[in-house]
Amino acid sequence: MTAPQVFFSYFAAMITGLSLLVVTRKNPVHSVLWMLLLFVHIAGLYLFLNAEFLAAIQIIIYAGAILVLFLFVIMLLNLRKEETEKRFQRQWPLGLGIGVVLMMFLVPVLGNISVVPPLGPYSVDAIKSEGHIMTVGKVLYTEFLLPFEIASVILLVAIVGAVVLAKRRLE
Amino acid sequence: MVPLSWYIILSAVMFSIGVFGFLARRNLIIVFMSVELMLNSVNISLVAFSHYLQSMRGQILVFFVITVAAAEAAIGLAILIAFYRNNPTIKVDEINLLKG
Repeated sequence: MTAPQVFFSYFAAMITGLSLLVVTRKNPVHSVLWMLLLFVHIAGLYLFLNAEFLAAIQIIIYAGAILVLFLFVIMLLNLRKEETEKRFQRQWPLGLGIGVVLMMFLVPVLGNISVVPPLGPYSVDAIKSEGHIMTVGKVLYTEFLLPFEIASVILLVAIVGAVVLAKRRLE
Repeated sequence: MVPLSWYIILSAVMFSIGVFGFLARRNLIIVFMSVELMLNSVNISLVAFSHYLQSMRGQILVFFVITVAAAEAAIGLAILIAFYRNNPTIKVDEINLLKG
């Protein structure tokens, strides 16, 4: 195995193991903390794929904002008795079966996938010559300008919706 | 050089773990976290395709997926808090008000 493959194997093993820890821990706070480590490893994988901007927003948005929101809600709800109750639903073997069957279908089907030319213009050297953030920015603000604006509307809906839903009704 | 299929297999395995968590866990917060897990696995495959096809579209799509995931987490947790206020449980098998 070459050095990149060893690096990838480390990240893949950690991501798989941490995902399993996230879905099996009893205490939700432990799940969130394992998920934090998982997101750091995913950001490492993005760095490995020459996507520095995405690695940065993975840390900032996922680890910094979304997980803090989860932790905040867990603390707010005061789930003390959680730790004594059972963690899986009654039909959990069915869920496990569906997950395993899905994996058995997906892995052989996707296992020998490969790309066919023509390749796009954004090779590693092209990105390196002007920087990843600049490349992403140029594409985002020209070709994908309308989706970018729509994303801001989605965030506005989320802000208003969260306030309206979580607000206590005042008489 | 790492083959593209390794990334896609990792993504498929992680997605399946997310599906298992979504279907099996009782705690609604962890069900939400399983959804985040599935979104992240798709992001890994999109970035891998983007890198190997030397195209930028996959990474732009990841940007939008992260936006939607943030919105989804905020709205979902707000619904959770609104529900918990009326009915203090977050067990998915005890949330059965719509059951006839």
